[in-house]
Amino acid sequence: MIASSKSESDTTTLDAMTPVPFTITKRTQDLADTFTIELEPENRSEGFVFQPGQFNMLYAFGVGEVPISISGDPAKPHKLIHTIRDVGAVTHAISNLKKGNMLGVRGPFGSAWPVEEAIGHDVVIVAGGIGLAPLRPAIDAILANRTQYGRFVILYGARSPSDVLYMKQLQTWRGRLDTYVDVTVDHAGHDWAGNVGVVTRLIGRANFDPHHTKVLICGPEIMMRFTIQELTAQSVDKDDIYVSMERNMKCAIGHCGHCQFGGHFVCKDGPVFPYGRIESLLQVRGL
Amino acid sequence: MVKVEGLDKLLADHPFFKGMDDTSRKTLAGCARNERFLAGEYIAHEGSPADRFYFIRSGTVALEYHVPGRDGLILETLHDGDVFGWSWMVEPYVWSNDIRAVELTRVFSLDATCLRKKLKKDHSLGFELYSRFVPVMARRLSSTRQQLTDMYGKS
Repeated sequence: MIASSKSESDTTTLDAMTPVPFTITKRTQDLADTFTIELEPENRSEGFVFQPGQFNMLYAFGVGEVPISISGDPAKPHKLIHTIRDVGAVTHAISNLKKGNMLGVRGPFGSAWPVEEAIGHDVVIVAGGIGLAPLRPAIDAILANRTQYGRFVILYGARSPSDVLYMKQLQTWRGRLDTYVDVTVDHAGHDWAGNVGVVTRLIGRANFDPHHTKVLICGPEIMMRFTIQELTAQSVDKDDIYVSMERNMKCAIGHCGHCQFGGHFVCKDGPVFPYGRIESLLQVRGL
Repeated sequence: MVKVEGLDKLLADHPFFKGMDDTSRKTLAGCARNERFLAGEYIAHEGSPADRFYFIRSGTVALEYHVPGRDGLILETLHDGDVFGWSWMVEPYVWSNDIRAVELTRVFSLDATCLRKKLKKDHSLGFELYSRFVPVMARRLSSTRQQLTDMYGKS
C-alpha cells in the first residue's frame, strides 16, 4: 500500500515536471512590451481546467521555463490564455513565437483567489501594471455570478495611458451597470481625460463597505504595500486582503526551494496569500 | 418661494470642514465665493499670485506643469471633495503649478488676503485651519513620492 502510494506520488511528480506541448493559436500585442497568447493543447480534449490566480510554467524549447499567471476565463478551459511582459531571455523567446508555433506547458500550479469565499461580500480588485492579468480570471468568475456578490469595484493603476492593459475590456466592464471601474495613471498629457495619480487615491472614493469586503491585490510589491496601508486606514481587516506574490519559481511544486518566502513556498502555498499570513514577512528587508 | 442657500451651507457640506464649529465656519464663509469653471478653462497659472484657494464641490481639475512647446504635463487630478491651492499659505504666495478644469467644475474659493487678516487676529481659527490643511499636504506629498517610485516599472 505504501509502495503503491509512493509510486503514485512519483508519477504525479513526473507528470507535474513534464511539459505538455501546446500550439499558439493567437498572438496579440497589448502594449509595447506586453503580449497575449492563446494556446491549445496538442492532445487534451477536456480542456485546461484551472482556478483564478493559478499559474503555469511555460517552456520555450531550448531556452528555458518561466512562471506565468493564467489570464483567461476559467469558464472557457479550451482556450488557455497568458499575458506576458517581455523582460528576460525566456519571455523574449516566447514573444518571438508566432501563431502555429509550440510551447511546453506545465500546470496549473498554486493557490487561487478566494472567489467562492467572497460570495456575499463586496469585492474590490486593485491591480497595478501587468498585475491586472492574474486578476482577470477572478473578474471573469465574479462577473459570471455577479448577483452572488455585493458592490464590485475594479481599481487599476498604470504608468501612463499607453501602458493601460486590457483597455477595451476595462471599458466594457465600466459599461456594465453593476461594476464600478476606476483607472489612474502616474502621468499623462492633455489628451487623457481620466485620473492622474497613484492607485491608492482611488480607494477612498470607491464607496465599498470596508467591514464586508474582500480585496484582491496584484501588482509590484511596493504598490501592494501602499495599497494595503490605505485599505487598513479605511478599516479593511487584514484577513480580508489577499495578495499575489511573485518570486523566482523553478520547479513549481515546492521541491527546489527557489521561491521560498519565510516558511512558505510561493509556488505551492501561493502565489495568492491572505495578507495576514505573510504580513510579518513583508516587513523583512531583503526577503 | 425659492430658498437660496448661503455660502456657509456650501462649506458645511464639504468634507474639509467636517466637524468644524459653526462660528469658525461662518467666519471663514465671510471670505468665500462660489465659482464655476468650464472644461479646459485655467483656474490658475504657475507664478501668478495665489490670492485664493479652492474646494471642489463637483468636477475634476488637473494640476499641471507647463512644458514649453507642448501641452502641459498632468501631475495629478483632483475630484469632488478635494482641496487645492495651498500656495496661499506659503510666501511669496504664488501658484507652484497650473490648474485646469478637466470638465465642468463647481468650486467655492476663499480669498487669501481676507483670510490671512482674520487668522492674524484669531490664532485658534488659524490653528484649526492649518490642522486641516497639513494632512491634505501630507497626503499630496505621499502620493507624489509614490509616483516618483515609478512603481509599475518601465514599459
